[in-house]
Order: sequence, then structure tokens, then C-alpha cells
Amino acid sequence: MQDHHIKLPEGGIEKHTNILNLGPTHPATHGVFQNIIELDGERIISAESTVGYIHRAFEKIAERRPLYQITPLTDRLNYCSAPINNIGWHLTCEKLLGIKTPKRVDYLRVIIMELARITDHLICNSIMGVDAGAYTGFLYLMQYRELAYEIYEEVCGSRLTTNIGRIGGFERNFSNTAFTKLEKFLNEYPKALDEFNTMLTRNRIFMERTMGVGGISAEKALNYGFTGPNLRAAGVDYDVRKISPYSSYEDFDFYIPVGTTGDCYDRFLVRDQEMKQSLEIIRQAYRKIQEFKGAEAEVYHAEVPEYYLPPKEDVYTKMEALIWHFKIIMGEVDMPKGEVYHSVEGANGELGFYLISDGGRTPYRLHFRRPCFIYYQAYEELVKNHLIADAIMVMSSLNLIAGEMDA
Amino acid sequence: MALTNEIVKQKLTEKFGDSVTNFEEPFGMLTFEAPKEMNLKVLQFLYDDETLGFRFLTDLTAVHYPDNPGRELAVVYHLHNLRENFRVRFKIFTSIENPDVFTATKLFAAANWMERETYDFYGVNFIGHPNLKRILNVDEMDYHPMRKEYPLEDRQRTDKDDEMFGRGEIFPNQA
Repeated sequence: MQDHHIKLPEGGIEKHTNILNLGPTHPATHGVFQNIIELDGERIISAESTVGYIHRAFEKIAERRPLYQITPLTDRLNYCSAPINNIGWHLTCEKLLGIKTPKRVDYLRVIIMELARITDHLICNSIMGVDAGAYTGFLYLMQYRELAYEIYEEVCGSRLTTNIGRIGGFERNFSNTAFTKLEKFLNEYPKALDEFNTMLTRNRIFMERTMGVGGISAEKALNYGFTGPNLRAAGVDYDVRKISPYSSYEDFDFYIPVGTTGDCYDRFLVRDQEMKQSLEIIRQAYRKIQEFKGAEAEVYHAEVPEYYLPPKEDVYTKMEALIWHFKIIMGEVDMPKGEVYHSVEGANGELGFYLISDGGRTPYRLHFRRPCFIYYQAYEELVKNHLIADAIMVMSSLNLIAGEMDA
Repeated sequence: MALTNEIVKQKLTEKFGDSVTNFEEPFGMLTFEAPKEMNLKVLQFLYDDETLGFRFLTDLTAVHYPDNPGRELAVVYHLHNLRENFRVRFKIFTSIENPDVFTATKLFAAANWMERETYDFYGVNFIGHPNLKRILNVDEMDYHPMRKEYPLEDRQRTDKDDEMFGRGEIFPNQA
């Protein structure tokens, strides 16, 4: 019988590593960014991340735009939860302008922000399933994101990049249809989420793929500037909603889920529990909104004529309203001087807005603290000595959104 | 003992004397300034001190003030004490001809990319940074685009001048 083994001279095989380009348009990166990975067989020796493929210079553009024209820019940061960005930006403006919003507005905002958090976590968790080989859960949960998007549509008219709300509140009151759709979502989504969890949470394959993969200690995570679910998975209960409440989050009863090891599985579980907490917050907010009676039940914005667009009927019929409409749209209202940092708990972590105004009509400087950009730099360390398949899991469990990274 | 702006201010003055200056409290957040050679000493003190404990770097960015000769670039650190939930803002100013600032990467791993971003957009040269190269812009770019001398739009346009935005002439040399 013939010997099929290749016979090479002594010392003929040189050990060498392979370089693999993961991205920028790899289907598993779920966004436009690149990882150059050095491989020894299937094991990752080192990695280098390159970002900036969809950099759109938002901070520069914002220096020439009045406040309202910046809201659509914030949509495009974390586009999976655009309403949080919009409302976070409006809250920053309100802080600078000294506007106090009525309670009902705060609660309506909380409903929208928590819906956005759910849609964001829903995508992240189901995409983790996809990357582990379970496509069904993703398509199944996507139907329920649709229900949430229909609520946005009812409130502001758009779905993905919402541009929702105004400085001081919302563009219109929530219609009865919006509340009906909210009830439908609250009734149907928890069941679907349970079904989804039955498929993944105790699934042997999923657990083996995620447990002990991409873990990070609490100290390291803090040093790397982690925030949001990724930090909480490492065991630090830091949540902007609790620690410095905005938009009346102090009125709600909810807890912060934390993990222990900070690995992919913990991140999955933390996001899952957060969705349940968000549903609980929405229920509480909805109950509180139903308690408003009389004129209070119709309030959907603060009285700030300098920044809140007048009703359309008045714009067509009254001179004063037409002037204000024009001034606000063209941004011809001077801002007070000031330096503000305001942060909200975005779906990925602390989303901060650092706004410097020199008294002009546009910001002198606006900086977005994008959580994704800051924690992505830990990726090189997280995947070291893991297999290449694990690198994909780590990427999807961190919920990297290219739009937020590149601003 | 809960931290207050007064305690932080007092601690800093005790340690650094007159070097730490310009205490302000815009919207309640304590803001102060130090000479740029001392940025690491101040950050280290804020990090190590038992009562202060500012161990979380929330944000690092720069601002360009073209009208401040010798102090054109400000590097702004937002620090957070998570245990007490207390934030401070720390600024250093540097001239644009010699924008050398010590890196904070040894103290905060998070500073790595934030400093790269600041370098990319403002040209602040972080001394000791392990990998100071452009991050969001292309490597071939030979200027720092967030500086105020680079206007956003085509300068030939006459229909949209800065007076429309309530600022008058801010680039008089380039009219």
C-alpha cells in the first residue's frame, strides 16, 4: 500500500501565522468596521481594529447648525435606538436653556426611551443567536420590533431615524391608536421574549459558545470606560437612570440587573433582564399617564414659545405664530452662553452630550460621548487567545453599532 | 462624607496651591484648570486620593479657541467618581504651535482611542501615547479638521455667511 504522507526534509516546515481581514464589509461584523486578526491556526494571537469607515463629521456639522437641526444627526449615532439619542439631545438643550418639563411629558418620554431600549437589546440578543447559528429567533423577534416601530410612527411619523420630539416635549399628543398599539406590544412581546429565551438561554450549544468567552473583570471594564449592559455584565451596577435620574426616572420602581464574569453569556442575560425591567417601567409609566385628569391629561409639551413650534393652524392664520415658526425653523434664536454636559443611559451605555455655547445660534463645540466607540477599544484584548468563531460572538455581544462608533 | 464642590476645590488647593486655577461651576459641575505640564499629576492625585477617587474617565476631548493666543487648544477631561456619583471637569490649555500634552493612557485604558480621536481632529500631540495615529479620518489627511480655521462649507458661497448665525466675521483673514 502506498504511503500518502508527505515526506518533507527536516526543518522544512516553518511555523507561521495567518493574517485575516474581518471586515469592513464582512457580513458577521453587522456594520462597517474592520478587524485585522493574526491567527495561529484558529487561535487569535493579536487583533487590530480599524474604525472610521462611515465617519460623517457630525461634530463639525453641528457647529453650523441650530439646535433643532442637530436632532436628525443624533438619530444616526445608534440607529437601533434613535429615540434615546433624540430625547437625550433635547434634554441637553433643556438643561442649557433652563426649561422644566411637565411630569406627563417626562413619562411619555420614558415610555418612548424604554421602547427604544427594548428594540435595541432585542436586536443585539437575537443577532447573538444568529451568530451562534440560530436564525429563527431573530426573524421571530423582528416582528415585535415592528410593533414598537409602529408606535414611533404614530407619535412622530418615522420609524428608524425617528427625529422624535421637540425641545420641551413632543410634536403632538399621543393618539389613542398609539396607546392601543402600546398595549398590544405590552401584551404580546413578553410571551415572544419567553419563547425566544426557551430557545437560547438554557440551550447547550448557545451556552457553550458564549460562556467564558470574551470575559472582562470589573476593574478592567471600568478602566476601559465600559458603560451600559457591558459594564453591568462585569458586575458594576452603574446605570445613569438610577445614579443621576433624568426625565423623572426617580418615580419608577425598577432594579439594575448585573452579571459576574462579564462574558458573552452574562451580557446576553443582562440585556434580557433589562428588557423585562424596561417593560415594567413602561407599564408603570402608562399607569401614571392614565392617572392624569382634565387639562393635565392633554399636556404634551412645556410652554417654551422661543423653542417650541407653534400649532400649524396658527402658523397659517396668525402673524406672530408665523414669525416664530420661521425663526425656530431657521434657527434665529440666540442660545444663552454656557457649558453643559448631560448624559442619558443609552442602550449601549452612557450617551453624553458636551455642549459649549458662546451665545450664538449654533453650538460653539458639541461633543458626543459615544459608549460604543469607547468600549470597542477593549476588543483586541477580549478576543486574544480565543478561537476565531468566538471573536464573532464577542463582537455581536458587545453590540457594536458602526454609526455610533464613527459619529 | 459626601463629596461637594467645596471639598474637591479645597483638596486641590491644598495639594497644588495656586497652580490649579479658574474654578467655575457651570450647571453645578466643578470645572478647573491646571498648567499643561501638570495634567498627569492632577489626574493621578484625583485618581489616588481616598476621598476624591475619580477613577472613571467619562470623556476626553478638545476645544479650539483661535482668539486665545498661546492658549488656543483646550483639552477637556470629564471625570467621574462612581461611588459618590460625583463629576468634575478638568481643563488644560496649550498653544497651537506646540501642542504637546502628556498622555493619560497609563492611568485610563479608555483614554487610548479618545486621545487618538483628539489628535486626529485637533492635532493635540499626546506624549507617550502607545499608538498615536489617526482613527476616524484617513491616514493621508494632512490637517486637523475640527480646528476653527477650516470652515464647514465652501468659502465661495455667499448665500450663507456667519452673520446669519449671529457671530459676525470669525475668519477675517479668509474673506
